[in-house]
Amino acid sequence: MTVAVMTRPLARQARLPRLLAGPGGGRPIGLLDHERLHGQLPLPAARGQRESADRLIDLIERSGLTGRGGAGFPTGRKLRSVAAGRGRAVVIANGSEGEPASAKDRLLLSRSPHLVLDGVSLAAFATGANRAFLVMHGRDRRLAARLEAAVEARVAAGIDPVQIEIAGIPDRYVSSEQSAIVQYLNGGPAVPTFSPPRTHERGFAGRPTLVNNVETLAHIALIARHGDRWFRSAGVPEAAGTMLVTVDGAVARPGVYEIELGTPLGAVLLTAGGPTERLQAVLTGGYFGTWLPVSIAWQLPLTHRDVRAVGGALGAGIIVALPDSSCGLAETARVARYLAGETAGQCGPCVFGLPALADGLADLAYQGQARVASQVSALAGLVEGRGACKHPDGVAQLVRSALTAFRADVEWHQLHGPCYGIRRSPILPIPGDMADW
Amino acid sequence: MSEILRVNPIACTAHGMCAELLPEIIRLDPWGYPIVAPGELDEELLSVARRAVASCPTLALVLEKRRD
Repeated sequence: MTVAVMTRPLARQARLPRLLAGPGGGRPIGLLDHERLHGQLPLPAARGQRESADRLIDLIERSGLTGRGGAGFPTGRKLRSVAAGRGRAVVIANGSEGEPASAKDRLLLSRSPHLVLDGVSLAAFATGANRAFLVMHGRDRRLAARLEAAVEARVAAGIDPVQIEIAGIPDRYVSSEQSAIVQYLNGGPAVPTFSPPRTHERGFAGRPTLVNNVETLAHIALIARHGDRWFRSAGVPEAAGTMLVTVDGAVARPGVYEIELGTPLGAVLLTAGGPTERLQAVLTGGYFGTWLPVSIAWQLPLTHRDVRAVGGALGAGIIVALPDSSCGLAETARVARYLAGETAGQCGPCVFGLPALADGLADLAYQGQARVASQVSALAGLVEGRGACKHPDGVAQLVRSALTAFRADVEWHQLHGPCYGIRRSPILPIPGDMADW
Repeated sequence: MSEILRVNPIACTAHGMCAELLPEIIRLDPWGYPIVAPGELDEELLSVARRAVASCPTLALVLEKRRD
């Protein structure tokens, strides 16, 4: 008797987590445990430096890694242009996470500082940099002390060819923007600057400057160890690898999760314990992002391209689930008010336009006058593209998406006044708000 | 090589001089800050545009070359 053995290819399944690998419990992973877990930093020998640096950039380019700070720009290309720039390069790791609804960078830095620091050294090697900074919120003294200790351990072990300097920046929304960081490190205020000059051409001390999100650098640390094919074994062909997402709102287990790119948004919500109430919409991309009705959002694969195709933004992986019982207009009005207060105060259209926009939206949410929605929409158009940075554009995008995603509420509010949802406690976190505690 | 007109919004303090000199492509928003019509500059506006750039009290108006 013969036994037929059915063979079929195993479903391709990448081993996760990658960035968040290691023992649970969120304790920081020290240098020894880090090297036991991931192996030592694979920094090529200094001999034939330019060629091996180019090979490292080729590897990162082939991996398909894109920036995890929000814009999703191809990392290999950015490395190449900084490496080719005029003057000695500088590397800045951006861990300053200005988004109140995002927690992933802080988690990564607290938990796996050496993965990020490995990435900084690799980026410095690839670009030929002789200065390297890790920028985080200056107010977070505990994290700063931990990172200093991590750097010291690496100095003692002789790991980094370029010593990494930890720099704390002021705790403001716009301070995490890259030109603001560069101006601050140059001795100026931590507010965005007018471009050109562009940071990658003339940044820190007028030198070509690479600014990368800390998660992006941590991915580089793993790609250098395991290769580009390994990296692409997670994710989908047009969006490779994993990404960290911060899930908040009406889910059972809000928090930071590592997911494969291309995972449907609904599956991510289920990973976070699933909805605790009936949902109406999901905020993707954070406070510069967009509201998507849950009917569109649930099946949506999380890649920059797919989210953009429905008018949204993936951004830095912020996902907030809004329950039916909330008022999306009131939620957005609160955030618009907060963001208006976070202007750097440099550009007129932002200084005057954002408060007007926030007022208009608050009128719509809490008073419900007729025709106010069209005024809000016109104001959004008026501030867009008119700041030195993307702050006004981000607010305009958020507000406009609220008017679209909550169209039925807009009509209700204009006709009947505020809905019951405004009585519910707020979902979107705002720094300093009592709702946070 | 074409040229475009840009406002440095950090330097601009809403004097409104540019809108007076170049009403063809610059209008003011409700707060007095200039809105420049998008796109490259017409050949015949180039000399007026240069004058507007030179007469901005805060040097916030810039002519930038764009490679096509």
